[in-house]
Parts: sequence; C-alpha cells; structure tokens
Amino acid sequence: MNQLDYLQILRLAAPETIVTLTMLAVLAADLTVLREKSLAVRFNLGGLLAVFGCALAAAFVLWRQDHCNFQNGILMVDRQTDFIKAAILVLTIFTILISTSGKFTDHVGEYLSLILLGTIGLMFLVSSWDLLMIFISLELASLALYILTAFNKRNVRSSEAALKYFLFGGMSAAFLLFGFSLLYGAAGSTNLTEIANNLAGKGLDPLLIVALVMTVIGFGFKVAAVPFHLWAPDAYEGAPTPSAAFIGAGSKVASFYILATLLSVGFAGTEGSAVLHGYSAGWTPVIAIIAALSMVIGNLTAIVQSSVKRLLAYSAIAHAGYMLLGVLANTNASRPAMMFYVITYGLTVVGAFGVVAVVENATGSDAMKNFAGLSRRAPLLSLCLLIFLLSLGGIPPLAGFIGKFLLFSAAVAADEKNLGLLWLVILAIAMSAVSFYYYLRVLKEAYVQDAPENAPAIKVPALTLLALVILAGLVILLGCVPSLLTDHL
Amino acid sequence: MLAWTIYISFIGVLVLMLLPRDNARAARIVALFTAVLGCGVAFAGAIQQAQHTNLGDVTTIVKTSWIPALGASYYLAADGISLVLVVLTGLAAVTGILFSWNIEKRTKEFFAFYLALIGGVYGVFLSFDLLLLFMFYELTIIPKYFLIARWGSTRKEYGAMKLALYSFVGSHLVLIGLIAAWVVARTQLGHPSLDLMELSKISLPVGFQHWVFPLVFVGFAILAGMWPFHTWAPTGHVAAPTAGSMLLAGVVMKLGAYGCLRVAMVLFPEGVREWQWAIATLAVIGIIYGAGVALVQRDFKFVIGYSSVSHMGFVLLGLATLNTIGLDGAVLQMFSHGIIAGLLFGVVGRMVYDRTHTRDFNDLERMNVGKLIPFAGVTFVIAGVASMGLPGFSGFVAEFQVLAGAWQVYPITAILSGLGIIIGVAYTLRAVQKAFYSDLPPLAHSDHDAHPMEPITVPERVGAVLLIAASLAIGLFPGLLMNWIDPCLKSPMFARLLNGGAQ
Repeated sequence: MNQLDYLQILRLAAPETIVTLTMLAVLAADLTVLREKSLAVRFNLGGLLAVFGCALAAAFVLWRQDHCNFQNGILMVDRQTDFIKAAILVLTIFTILISTSGKFTDHVGEYLSLILLGTIGLMFLVSSWDLLMIFISLELASLALYILTAFNKRNVRSSEAALKYFLFGGMSAAFLLFGFSLLYGAAGSTNLTEIANNLAGKGLDPLLIVALVMTVIGFGFKVAAVPFHLWAPDAYEGAPTPSAAFIGAGSKVASFYILATLLSVGFAGTEGSAVLHGYSAGWTPVIAIIAALSMVIGNLTAIVQSSVKRLLAYSAIAHAGYMLLGVLANTNASRPAMMFYVITYGLTVVGAFGVVAVVENATGSDAMKNFAGLSRRAPLLSLCLLIFLLSLGGIPPLAGFIGKFLLFSAAVAADEKNLGLLWLVILAIAMSAVSFYYYLRVLKEAYVQDAPENAPAIKVPALTLLALVILAGLVILLGCVPSLLTDHL
Repeated sequence: MLAWTIYISFIGVLVLMLLPRDNARAARIVALFTAVLGCGVAFAGAIQQAQHTNLGDVTTIVKTSWIPALGASYYLAADGISLVLVVLTGLAAVTGILFSWNIEKRTKEFFAFYLALIGGVYGVFLSFDLLLLFMFYELTIIPKYFLIARWGSTRKEYGAMKLALYSFVGSHLVLIGLIAAWVVARTQLGHPSLDLMELSKISLPVGFQHWVFPLVFVGFAILAGMWPFHTWAPTGHVAAPTAGSMLLAGVVMKLGAYGCLRVAMVLFPEGVREWQWAIATLAVIGIIYGAGVALVQRDFKFVIGYSSVSHMGFVLLGLATLNTIGLDGAVLQMFSHGIIAGLLFGVVGRMVYDRTHTRDFNDLERMNVGKLIPFAGVTFVIAGVASMGLPGFSGFVAEFQVLAGAWQVYPITAILSGLGIIIGVAYTLRAVQKAFYSDLPPLAHSDHDAHPMEPITVPERVGAVLLIAASLAIGLFPGLLMNWIDPCLKSPMFARLLNGGAQ
C-alpha cells in the first residue's frame, strides 16, 4: 500500500468537508446563540446558514476542474460527478428552504444537520467506483433518512413510517451487502472496472446471477421500485413533508446515478437483452421487468389515493419505473437523458412537497379535499402547484415533458434497428397518460372546486414562497432550454 | 410577423394575470384587444405572404436551433394551409370573446385560459418542427380542461375530464409514433432531425409506415372527432361554456384534422394508402351516425354537438380521398365548419341558453323564443342553412368538393355521405322548428311572457355578423381561400401523397 496523500484527500473531498463543517456550525449555532430564540427564527437563521454552506460547496464543485481517480475508485472526481454533486446540493438547498416554515419539531439544529449529513453521504456515493465505498456512503445517507422520517415525534404515524422504512431499508442493505460479497467472490476485486475486467468472457454463472439479483433487490428498495416499494407510501405520508421531499429528490439522483454506473460498468458484459423477440439473460431483462411493474402498479395505485403525499409516493414509484428505462437503455445518449430526468424530477418533487407542506400547515392535513379552492386562497402557491404537477404529468413546455421525450427517445434508439425496446416505451407512454388523470384530480381541487365557506387566505412564508417560485421558474426554464443541463451530463 | 400571433396571445395572458382580481370590465377589454390584435396580425401576415410569395412554398418565419441532441429547432413557418387556419383561429378568437362578454364569474382567469388556448392553437398551425408542434398541441389541453370544468354547465367536470383524457391519450399515441419515426429517420438521415420539411423528403420503410401511420393518424383524429373516438365531442361541447364550445368546434377539432394532414399523412404516405379505405369508412360512419343521432336529441346543444361530428366526418373523408379536389375540400371544410359551428354554438349557448336557462326542446317549444328574441331566430336560420350546405355559403363549396373527390375514389362513400347531408337538413329544420318557431301554446303557468328577455347585445350582434359574413364571403368567392390552399397541394411536400398512387 502506497503512502496516502492526505492533502490530496482533503482537496478532493473539499466539497464534502465544507458541508460537514457547515453541519457542525449549524448544530453549534442552534445549541448556543439561537437556543433561546423562537422556533421560526431558529429555523430561518439555521436554515440560511445551512443554505450558505451548501451554496458554497456547490459553487466550489462547479468551479474546480479536477479529474482524478483516487485510490482506484475510492473517490472518483470528474466534471460529471461534480455536476451531479452540485445538483444534489441545489436540491438540498431547496429542501432546507421549504422546511424552514416547519412546525413539526423543536430540534432544529439536529434536523438541519441530519439533512446535511444525508447530503454528504449522497455526495460520496456519486464519487464511488468501489463496492465498499458505495455501501458505506449509501448507508450514511440512509441512516440520516431513517431519522429524518421519524422526526415528527408528536405524530405516531411518523414513527411507524420510520420503523417500517428502517426495517425494509435494513433488509435491503443486507441484500445489497450479500450481493456485493458474492460479486467480490466471483470477481476478486471491489473496484468496478476491475470487476468487469475479471468477469469478462466468463458469462453468467449462477453465482453471478445471485449476486446480480441481490444487488438489484438492494437498489430496488432504495429507489422504491416495484416489488420493493412497500415502504414508500407510508414513509412519504408519515414523514415530515420536507423529509419526504429529501427522500424523493436528492437521494433519488444519487441512487440512480450509482445504480446506472454499477450496472453498466461493474456488470459490463452481462447486459443480456430485453428487446422483444431477442431476449437473453442478463441484468437488462431484470431491470426491464422491474421498470414495467413500477410504471403499471405505481400509476394505477396512485389513481385511488386521497392523500396527496401518498399520491406523490405512488407517482414516485411510477417515475422510478421511467427512470429505470434510462438505466437499461445503457447507451451514451441514455445516461444524460436519465440524469436530466432525475434531476428535473427532483426539482419538481421538492416543489410539489413544498406546496403540500404549506397547505398541510394551514389546513391540518394533506388530504386532497384540503386543496379545494387553493387558487383563491393562495394564487401564487397554486400556480406553482400547477406547474409542478403538470411537469410531473409530462405537459410541455415544462421540464418533465422534455425529460420524458429525451428519455423515451434514448430508450427506443438503444436498439434502433429493430426498435426492440419500443414495447417498454409504449407501456411507459400509456402509463404516463394514466398519470395525467390523477395529477389533474389534484389540480381540479385547486382550480375548479370552491374553497369551504369563510376559508381564510393561506399565508405562505416568504422564504418558502421564494424557493417555490424559483423552483417553478427552473422547471419552466429547463423545459424550454434543456441544453442548460444536458450539456453538462 | 405571423409569429406575433402566438406571442401576442401569451402576452395577453400575462397582462390578464396582473390585472386586479375583480375588474371584469378591464379583463374583457384586454382580452378583446389581444384577440383583435392577434386576428389583425394573422390577416395582415397572411395577406402579405399571399402577395409576396408563392403560397405553395413554406415560408420560414423563425428558425433557430433549440435542442441539438434531438435535432429539434424553434421553427415557425407557414404555407397556404397554415394561413387558412391561422385566419380562422383569429376570427374564432375574436367572436368567442364577443359571445362571452357576459362572463361575470372570475372573468380574468376565464380570459387568461382562453387566450392561452388561442396562443397554443396559433402555435400548432405555425410549427414546422415536430417537437414544437407537439408541444403547442399538448399545451392546449390544460386551458380547455379548466375552461370547461370551471365555467361550463351540465356535467361539466365529467365532460372536461373526458375531453382532457381523450386528448391526452390521443397525443400520447402521436408521441409513440413520433419517437419511433425519429429513431428510424435518424438511421436513414445519419443525424437526428425533427424538421418536418426534412422528414417529409425521406421515405421511411414501408412496413414501418404501415403500422406507425394508424397510431399517429388516430392519435390526431381523436381530436378531430373521428368515429368511434368522437364521444368526447358531444359531451365536451355541451359541458363547455359558449366560448369554449365555439373554440372546441371552431378550432380545436381542426388541430386534430390539421395534425392528420400535416404530420401523419405527409410523413407516412405509404401508410395512408394502406389505410385509405379504413379512414374513408370511419369518416362515412361518422357523417351518418353524427347526423342520425343529432336528429333525435332533446337537448339543443347536443344537436349541434353531434352535427360537429358529422361535419368533421367530411373533413376526414376529404383527407381519405387522396386527390387534390378532395383535400382542397377537406381544408376548406375545416375553415367552413369552424365558422358555422362557432356561430351555431354562439346562438345556442349565448343567445338562447343564457336567456332561457334551458336547452330542452320540450321547454323551448313552449317559450316562443323566435318571437321573443327574433335576432337569435334569424341568425340560427342563416347558420342552419349554411350548415345544411346551401349554395352561397361556405359549407356548400367545401362539402361539394369533398363529395366530388370521394366520387373519384369510392363512389359509394359519396352516395352515403349525400344521405348524411339529407339527414343534416332534417335535423337542422327540426331544431329550427322546435327551438324557435313552434306553434305550441305556452304553458299556462309560464311567466316568461311577463318578463321579456334581455335584448340581444351589441357584442353578440357584431360576432354573429362577422361569422355570417365570413361564411358568405367564402361561399360566394371560394377562390379567396382556394388560391391559398391549392398551391400547397401542388408543392413537393404533398407531392408524394397525391401522386404516389399513380407511380
């Protein structure tokens, strides 16, 4: 083992270090100077401090031009991972901004620092090309997410959801670890490229199949794909709304990035084929089945939900199905298309949860009927909701539409001779037509139904409203000029 | 210059959103001003282009690269067919606002959605990039949903949701076809392209065209009210507020027909020939079925709703003829039906329903509406005879050409459609008689005579006169528009479609 260059580690991990220091600063500030202040002041000032730290880290990753593979995959730093990290940081910033009006906890410092801790885990995850690092960073992020889910101590559903999430998550971690250990046994290395090299030409032996299935199960839990999705609706519904936004946005971006990397790099050579009339065993058929199930079950179940958070949870499952199309297309064009989709989805979903959080604070619950007459009670807020939900439904000119177009066209183009993946894309498009119905149901409440008698106007906290308006603006901007993002992916 | 029709409409939306909430008058004036300006630009731009260029050529308005990875560009252009429809949109927009002058409930939002819809429609007619066209096409779904669900009547939420879902399913069929065509064309061209002009020059594999054409065609034809996918049309038209039905029948159904012609038929000419008989059959069924159902309705607005299905059947039949005269007729019928259906819905929804608060023939028969509001009666008679296809009105020229075209290909369809026209005469006369000139005595306890109805207002008169004048002008001088449409059909874009069979 050669001598470690600690200065290099510090330089490469500087963004993560900045976020760590911010986390400590937020914790310290909340325990000392902000201790006696009111909840709103603590949340606002602490939040701004955290936002400042994240913004600094984001600016740093966008500015630096490092390109380095440290210690053979322990820390991969290049333009692409840096850009994804910046996207995760931006999503964290918005998540923090929408949580500043929260009333679900008194432990502001801990809440904010756990969000930042989760972000650090996600940032390391993006940079790992090594099985061990992938597992450790994933667990770092997941543990933070479990606690964030349980953070509303006054609500028994929050604890129930967190326990469910934790148990499922622990199981999935065990699966993942088992899969990784088999993979290590088969390939003799934890580095992704070396694994692929050592496995090259060996084909699919039974051990590798088990390793593959275990790995996919582990990640299936993390991204909430069917049939590993059962924790998601409860977790989304029970968790404090900003925590749900964090689970739905930031963690999705990192998980999908690393899943695609792991499968396309680590399992290179065992792709198999999911094309119609050309099936062969490998990881793409597995992903294809999971994607198809997620799209169908997620969308159909979302139709009957009456809680908006549960509806968003099922829609998240469906969207995970679409995103898996990008994973299994596995071409040069499909990767940026998928990342564009995941990032814009993250922005949209943070916004949607932000609106839900405001409505929840004002009316007491996230039931769909509580959105009635929102367009009169809070016009700007409901305009934001309109933009977010239509983008999720895939209506142009919003980011969700162009994301779907890029993703689906990339999936079809993956087998351009026979259009072999068209069956999956047809399924995806049919299901996205279904999804339009339930998004429209929420919007119908907001725009068509009348508010209950004497319902007062909803006061939207300034910081949250600012964040939501910026998010809505981004969703429109990225829909009209997608190259702002695609050029960097 | 024509691009400003789109921009003006969306600027109008923004201005409306900034207006104070309760100022209905200001909202109306802003909306009318925007629509008139848009209409003016549409006319001026169309006439300017007609004078200075050959209308068969596609004249580029704007073209800049947009998403290079997909080969998509922001490409607005127009040829004669686009011009016809842009002018129709301008007229429909202005008259729709005139006929909804009495909207008091959330006026500002109503007109904001209205203008957004208009902007999207202009956009579809002017886009020559497939992605852009598709974006504008989907953009129209949301405003029409809210227009109906919020300001409509009679099962409005059901009608609105049905319309939105039908449109969305249709547009998703189109999306599947577009993505598949994009991939196949990319292999042929060697670079990605969504440029309609470029794609119309290459020949996609015949087998591919055979299965992808019905997908895209049906996707668009759902919105054009093709039987058996027409069921959104009557319910949607009935549920919609007056201006909403005027726009739905007037221009939104034309979006579907335009998409069929401009995208499905131009890109997949081999597919059209394969499915020509099927389209013609469905079109004829639509013509007769629509007319037959219209004949037995009790609800006045349903009569017009089903008549729209019947008249749009002529557009589809015209498209299915694949000869110049038939296509000429189809495009002219789009214009003509847009004008006449708008007028009919205006009379039923605004002039009659808003005053009598009923559309049931059994009630109307006893109200003596023809005497109480003679202007409505006269207007409806004029619109009715125009709709029946009386020579001198636009409907005659258009349907005659469609039939002439159909006779050359499938004589039987021409005969059956002639039957449809006869039923059309019957249901129109029945509606005129029942709604306006019934000689049944009023019910004894009726108090309608005691309260004379609100007189016809100036905006209504202006709107009605504008539409009648437009229909008469085209009926008497069809050359006005034929000179715009004809050169297009002789252009290279349609050459493969029209001449391919002879090769």
